[in-house]
Amino acid sequence: MERSDYVGRLQTMNKIIYKEQFSAAVTKLVVEAPLIARARRAGHFVIVRCGEKGERIPLTIADADPTRGTITLVVQAVGDSTRKICALNPGDCLTDVVGPLGKATRIERFGTVLCCGGGVGVAPLLPIIRAMKAAGNRVVSVLAGRSKDLIILEKEVRDSSDDVIIMTDDGSYGQQGLVTVGVEQVLRREHVDRCVTIGPAIMMKFVSLLTKKYDVPTEASLNAIMVDGTGMCGACRVTVGGKTRFVCVEGPEFDAHQIDFDELLMRLRP
Amino acid sequence: MIELNDGRDAQWRAELRAAIKPKERGAVERVTMAMLDPQERIRCNDEVNRGLTDEQAHSEATRCLDCANPQCVTGCPVAIDIPGFIKRVEAGDIAAAAATIKRTSALPAVCGRVCPQEKQCESKCIHNRMGNKPVAIGYLERYVADWQRNHPETEVAPAIVPNGRKVAVVGSGPAGLTYAGQMAQQGFKVTVFEALHEVGGVLKYGIPEFRLPNAIVDHEIDGLRRLGVEFVTNCVVGKTITVDELKSEGYEQIFIGSGAGFPRFMNIPGENLKGVMSSNEYLTRINLMEAGRGGDTPVLTGHTVAVIGGGNTAMDSSRTALRQGAERVMLVYRRGRDEMPARREEIEHAIEEGVELMTLHNPVEYLGDESGRVKAMRVQRMELGEPDASGRRSPVPVEGAIDEVPVDLVIVAVGVSPNPLVPQSVPGLEMSRRGTIVVDENTMQSNIDGLVAGGDIVRGGATVILAMGDGRRAATAK
Repeated sequence: MERSDYVGRLQTMNKIIYKEQFSAAVTKLVVEAPLIARARRAGHFVIVRCGEKGERIPLTIADADPTRGTITLVVQAVGDSTRKICALNPGDCLTDVVGPLGKATRIERFGTVLCCGGGVGVAPLLPIIRAMKAAGNRVVSVLAGRSKDLIILEKEVRDSSDDVIIMTDDGSYGQQGLVTVGVEQVLRREHVDRCVTIGPAIMMKFVSLLTKKYDVPTEASLNAIMVDGTGMCGACRVTVGGKTRFVCVEGPEFDAHQIDFDELLMRLRP
Repeated sequence: MIELNDGRDAQWRAELRAAIKPKERGAVERVTMAMLDPQERIRCNDEVNRGLTDEQAHSEATRCLDCANPQCVTGCPVAIDIPGFIKRVEAGDIAAAAATIKRTSALPAVCGRVCPQEKQCESKCIHNRMGNKPVAIGYLERYVADWQRNHPETEVAPAIVPNGRKVAVVGSGPAGLTYAGQMAQQGFKVTVFEALHEVGGVLKYGIPEFRLPNAIVDHEIDGLRRLGVEFVTNCVVGKTITVDELKSEGYEQIFIGSGAGFPRFMNIPGENLKGVMSSNEYLTRINLMEAGRGGDTPVLTGHTVAVIGGGNTAMDSSRTALRQGAERVMLVYRRGRDEMPARREEIEHAIEEGVELMTLHNPVEYLGDESGRVKAMRVQRMELGEPDASGRRSPVPVEGAIDEVPVDLVIVAVGVSPNPLVPQSVPGLEMSRRGTIVVDENTMQSNIDGLVAGGDIVRGGATVILAMGDGRRAATAK
């Protein structure tokens, strides 16, 4: 039975057209996904599967080019499935890519927006930085990583930020210290209207505690464990303001000051 | 539509009817289907029910009296011509029996396995009124579908006259597949959009293979492909593409059958501990993602497992836990065994396999160890009080009677809510307070022109066959 043209356009191959190694463990992949590229907004994620027996992995979309029909994913190899994805090369195809999922980031002219990203979390933060800048905000970005080679996308972040502070745990680049040191510098020196944070849950917890002290509304983008990503399994549930919420359909961003980070950290530990 | 010459007045059928007296037919004993031994089957994922032999099927078919006014058909949500196909079985023409069923049901091998026939067609069988056991309609349907699958060369392809029009289906579960099959037979070009990477919806992710093998679901879906139905996987209508886009692409009707895949929890302390999960998560990991069966997806296993709930999903989860190697599986249900909504057969199979029923108990809290993994549940003992709105006696807590039971895995199977994803993306769509799409129950028409809906997105959590009935009603409404 011949496929109709429209259906043919919808069934894409998810071919990888570009690959860049950010560090030993962090890989950038540009993937052909025209429908997702067209529909996605900052904050959305996709579910990716690699291999016929592959696991469904949620990945936040780092960038998209609707004219070329591509999305950019930045993947950190932490387990077997992410290692498989990182081992793919241009010309290879992801078995499945579905999205864009989740709710898009609320983008408005808030005034001054503080964007702080840790490690690979800088990748999904980049489209938010760009959108916040385009909406007329003053954007101050704080990027953090264990060492110099784990600071990613610095140039792209600088291009859309009014100021950038870099923090490394070992002092090999920027200032030495945790992300909170940089965040507090900003909060002390100027009025901040809103904060967005993406990174390891433990980092977001401490950023959230700090911004709460300074009374700055903060959104944290959570990377929970998921199976389907469409509300079906509930594996991604998180307590926000005392209520159980599903990250996949009600998030991934929530009011950081309401998130039960200790429960989230407990659920993420194997 | 092909002419099957299977009307009740057809000569072959009248002769067949006259060949054996109704009294003799009624005296034939109802067949018993062979089953795998409980101890053997919990060590594998093979189908428990083994099907009928040719002799058994023929014998069972002779029990049907071929009533002038067959009530069984009124008990079937997709109105299968039940005496019509059963008499073909008696006459030995199984291919014709299969063609008769396929006219109204796209999924006979599925229905023959998972339909609650005892509450549907078989409950209306004339034999019940005469104190006999009803004809095993479900077994016969399964027999016919399985025979057809093993004899593909005999398949009678319906003659379809394309009408040049097209319709879309959102969700590839039983409601959507039935609508697709019916519309394809009417000549429509049908495209089914599925959010997951596999077609089949709850038939794949929800129902375990020991009850409904995935290969059987795939075979039914291939049958729809042969009718010209196209499938698009990894496509979330409302996210990847919009309903408006489908309309502008020329789809004149859109059937929403996106299901009730939104698990409910009880909102009790400790429910977010590790080792407490929804039955949807547990079953999806194992059934769809093949966790523990060669897939990359992991799943937690437990030595002592508690499954919360008394429905078919709770039975499926507890039986799955045994097959995953659990030493003790308890089914915790707040009412009594008689009040369980699960099929009798499922309850019996679960007990045979070693599932312990902990009825009249309700969990009130889960306790965790220092790593956050569940280690015990606190259960409130209940007793039955006055009947509630559902007619079942409602459970009332026995004051002070709370027990602590060690468990290391808890599967919560207390129901599902409609999935909000698709409805939320359609501005102006009328929804009920429960989050279901409001439709006219005869036509399945929503308040938005060109948008029909059926299955659990309308019902909020029902059965495969009721979903199929919705799909058929939407497709046949004029």
